[in-house]
Amino acid sequence: MNPADIKRWIAAAETAFASAKDLDELKAARLAHLGDKADISLANRALGSMAADEKASAGKIIGEGKAAITAALQVATAKLEAERDAKVLLEEIVDITLPVNRSHRGGLHPISIIKNEISDFFIEQGYSVEEGPELESGWLNFDALNIPADHPARTMQDTFYIEPVGSGMVLRTQTSPVQIRSMLQHEPPIYMICPGRTFRADELDATHSPVFHQVEGLVVDKGITMAHLKGTLDNFAQAMFGPDVTTRLRPSFFPFTEPSAEVDIFFNGRWIEWGGCGMVNPIVLQTCGIDTEIYSGFAFGMGLERTLMVRHNVTDMHDIVEGDLRFTRQFGVGL
Amino acid sequence: MRAPLSWLREFVEIPTNITAEEISDGLIRVGFEVEEIIEAGAGLTGPLKFAKVLSIEEITEFKKPIRYVGLDCGEKETRYVICGATNFAVGDLVVAALPGAVLPGDFHIAARETYGKTSNGMICSSRELGLGDDHSGIMVFAEGDVEIGADAIAGLEINDTIFDIAVNPDRGYALSIRGVAREVAGSLNLKYSDPVDALRKITFSDTGKGVTAKIEDPKTASVFYLRTLSNFDPSAKTPMWMRRRIEKMGMRSISLVVDVTNYVMLELGQPLHAFDKAKISGGLTIKRAGKGQSFTTLDGQVRQLDPDDLMVCDDKQPLALAGTMGGQSSEISESTTDIALEAVRFDPVCVARNSRRHKLSSEASRRLERSVDPSLAEFASARFVQLLTAHSSAVHVATVVAGEPKYAPVIKLDPAFIPKLLGLEVSKDEIARVLRVIGCDVDEKSFTVDPPAWRSDLLTQTDLAEEVARMIGYDKIPSILPPRPKHASLTPTQKRRRAIAAMLAARGLAEVQTFPFTNQETIDQMGFVGDRAATYRIANPMSEESPLMRVHLVPGLIEVAARNISRGAKDFAIFEMGSIFRSSQKLTPAVSPEIGSRPDAKIIAAIYASVPPQAFHVAGLLVGKTESEDWQGKARSYNWQDAIAYAQDILQLCNLQWTIKRSDFAPWHPGRCAELIVDGKAVAHAGEIHPRIIAKYGLPERSVAFAVGLSALPDSDIVRPLRVGTMPAAVQDVALIVDSSVSAQDVESALRAGAGELLESITLFDRYDKIGDGKISLAFTLTFRASDRTLTGAEVSAMREAAVVAAAKATGAVLRTN
Repeated sequence: MNPADIKRWIAAAETAFASAKDLDELKAARLAHLGDKADISLANRALGSMAADEKASAGKIIGEGKAAITAALQVATAKLEAERDAKVLLEEIVDITLPVNRSHRGGLHPISIIKNEISDFFIEQGYSVEEGPELESGWLNFDALNIPADHPARTMQDTFYIEPVGSGMVLRTQTSPVQIRSMLQHEPPIYMICPGRTFRADELDATHSPVFHQVEGLVVDKGITMAHLKGTLDNFAQAMFGPDVTTRLRPSFFPFTEPSAEVDIFFNGRWIEWGGCGMVNPIVLQTCGIDTEIYSGFAFGMGLERTLMVRHNVTDMHDIVEGDLRFTRQFGVGL
Repeated sequence: MRAPLSWLREFVEIPTNITAEEISDGLIRVGFEVEEIIEAGAGLTGPLKFAKVLSIEEITEFKKPIRYVGLDCGEKETRYVICGATNFAVGDLVVAALPGAVLPGDFHIAARETYGKTSNGMICSSRELGLGDDHSGIMVFAEGDVEIGADAIAGLEINDTIFDIAVNPDRGYALSIRGVAREVAGSLNLKYSDPVDALRKITFSDTGKGVTAKIEDPKTASVFYLRTLSNFDPSAKTPMWMRRRIEKMGMRSISLVVDVTNYVMLELGQPLHAFDKAKISGGLTIKRAGKGQSFTTLDGQVRQLDPDDLMVCDDKQPLALAGTMGGQSSEISESTTDIALEAVRFDPVCVARNSRRHKLSSEASRRLERSVDPSLAEFASARFVQLLTAHSSAVHVATVVAGEPKYAPVIKLDPAFIPKLLGLEVSKDEIARVLRVIGCDVDEKSFTVDPPAWRSDLLTQTDLAEEVARMIGYDKIPSILPPRPKHASLTPTQKRRRAIAAMLAARGLAEVQTFPFTNQETIDQMGFVGDRAATYRIANPMSEESPLMRVHLVPGLIEVAARNISRGAKDFAIFEMGSIFRSSQKLTPAVSPEIGSRPDAKIIAAIYASVPPQAFHVAGLLVGKTESEDWQGKARSYNWQDAIAYAQDILQLCNLQWTIKRSDFAPWHPGRCAELIVDGKAVAHAGEIHPRIIAKYGLPERSVAFAVGLSALPDSDIVRPLRVGTMPAAVQDVALIVDSSVSAQDVESALRAGAGELLESITLFDRYDKIGDGKISLAFTLTFRASDRTLTGAEVSAMREAAVVAAAKATGAVLRTN
């Protein structure tokens, strides 16, 4: 047994395997270099006729040679199989730019989105989100808020009355009756907001709607000051309109607050009226049984449509109320 | 409320270097929204002259009357102009714009050929000069009113800055130049002189007997000044300055007597009313109308009086709707020589009711219902006498007074209260200073504050806190977050609603929000009857087309769908969440306890109970195809299964168990509507919309809808999960033949009951309805699993057998063999 022969056989096999162009050629090369008739196989068979001492050393050399050829075959096989697979997948290529999604695009109404956003903001501050009926008692909507009958303040808001008028039932003109309900039901400290639908007998036009939404906030606690109101509004305005927004309070009049103010924001280069606010009028707190010697409070209210229109530059109220899919879908789910 | 700068300057020393914007900012800072700064005379340049009409040549060959007018403009020669107005005569004085003048709207005046003549200028109406809306003709003056050839821009005091101010209802005093001037002075720290100070010193001696004055009920009016004047020459003219001020305030000049009443009202804020004394029988009494009768107001309207209307009456009849509008019968006329001038501090509520009942809001009622300074009845009526006697031959005869002014009580102020409420350090001195600026008397020792007569709104310490805050400036108050309360979260109901909306939106439904109004026709068309059709009616709806509150969400969705379809949409799905308003209870008379202290628990409970429950629903409407058709192929249409699936998915999302049954329920197809029942209560309906409705609204055929009463759903129980079994499952199929009237749900329930506890799931994998004989085949896959062992073949067969037996017993099902 000549070790040089075995080396030569290994080299020949490696060359043959490496030069095989496909798996068929490789198969032929395998038969030639590892098959029954291959030199190494014949040499292996010849071992049987050798003497025992010679047999051991030759067997070792042949075994190593066979292993080397087998290893070379594996390398070549893996390479050619990978090439074959890649070729098949290449033939299965598709145009992944084709339009594939044909399901309808849904979305939340932008007023819902903004309501959720505001609710999340205040919940994070520890406020609860309260609700109340839209068809509401006139006492809760007006009287308890220090808006007496025959006071000009009552005509500030054009109210929808429900028949019979003597029932005093109205479509709430503001979400403030929810504040009253909260104060009647819970002891201070009260930290709440009440987003919801409100009604005023205004004709629908580009900036008004008889049906619209407000969010109001109410805090009643010990030592609450107008500075706390300002701080809360600044924080809220920045959450809604971005960190650069500034607010301004202008003295105003609401029967349920004293002092009262309008809240303006400086947004996109101009002052825009955003909502109303003030320190809760003691008579309102007292009507709800809250001791004004111990507690004080602030309240504020904004229109959601207005907030949406200002922030998103929605220029016509009709888009908000008509339910045209093309409008709503642009907002997705508000993410 | 308008305020011309020229008039404000009479009471405030405003340095000339202060701009209109600075004044406007000052007003805004103290709570007066300036809606507009009107630059009167902007866009108007002369020459603009007063001219006398010397000749009029009527030119008749044109469609409208045309005049060729000769004018004396103070020039050497007569100037001729063409004019289309006819409300003037030879000898009248007019305003002429000469060539080179520019009128508002960039209208250049030049000599031009027209109507066959040369027109060397233009005779102007007040509208053409930008002075008002009156375009009934050109402006006409009498000889002596104005000077021929004088500059009319100066003569008419055209150039002025006019602030148009929104006055809040608590600040009635600012519906006067006196009040606005005080605010300007206070805000900008300027010197203010109160016009009333001069009037305090005036007295008039009685030279005869005046008309008597009486207040029947002191609750309706506190003080009544009635001043009688005589010897008035009705041809007296309003002086130009007064007329122009009245016009700048947006009112019209009428006659000297009326103009003086208006002028004084605008100047001081006290409405006045002048009666023709000759038309009064006996004296004047303020009293209720007492009985229904008709009454003609100055505007010519015949009004039916309410017994409760407050009137100013003579001995025979009502003469004026108190504080609101005078009556025609005693109106000042061209022959009036004797005048009774009324100045009353009426009760604001009485005037508000007068005004509301007769839908008549006048300059007088607007002021009186906002409360007028009680001292003004005296001073404003004195001002009237002063002005009228100065500008006419009228003389004061007598002044009669009934009642006396009532003032708000003094306020005991704890100076520490204000910084505590505002969150801003304010010294006692500063508080006293500011309160004095707004007119209060302050005793700094006891800190007793006596509010000024015109501030009937200042009643409490809190009211004073607002005054201090606004005069110091809200911008001085720091911005601090309140103490942080304990954790809060959405309620389970709120979380549930959000999850449902998010699920629907994510699955392709677009949310809409419709007005919750409807009408009887829609309710009838939908087929709602009984309790489901009963609703509340709005007493004053936006339109008679929708006077009712909605009873269901689907009609609104149908309307929105129809709108989208009309705009080109074909295949889509929409949903809405909101309240419905079925009149589940009869409304009861309002419960209106006094405010200021907590009503007792029973009354609060009654108020709460008076508000009817308003169910909260979610509904969806699915029309056309489930997907858009494209290169990938056709799409299927939405069907009743989709609607039911959405309703079930909503219940599933809330982790609720339900049963289902077919229901004949509007507005759905009577054979294709599912009712979902939770805890024995029908909570949802879904299926195909009734074909009649589909046709009526032009929806695609077989459009489907679902509606779920969210407020009727029970709370979700806390989840207590079963262990997940890891032993192998055994799967068995079973096909059953039943009558087609048998519901799949009944068969499934029976199989489930019969199969026993080891049944893990059951799926209907085939439904075959072509067997004939009124039979159908339902094929189910039953999956069994035990938690502790592999089931044997015998066990599984036995369970399957038991399931089939139970189904046979409950529904007559027969095992299908072929």
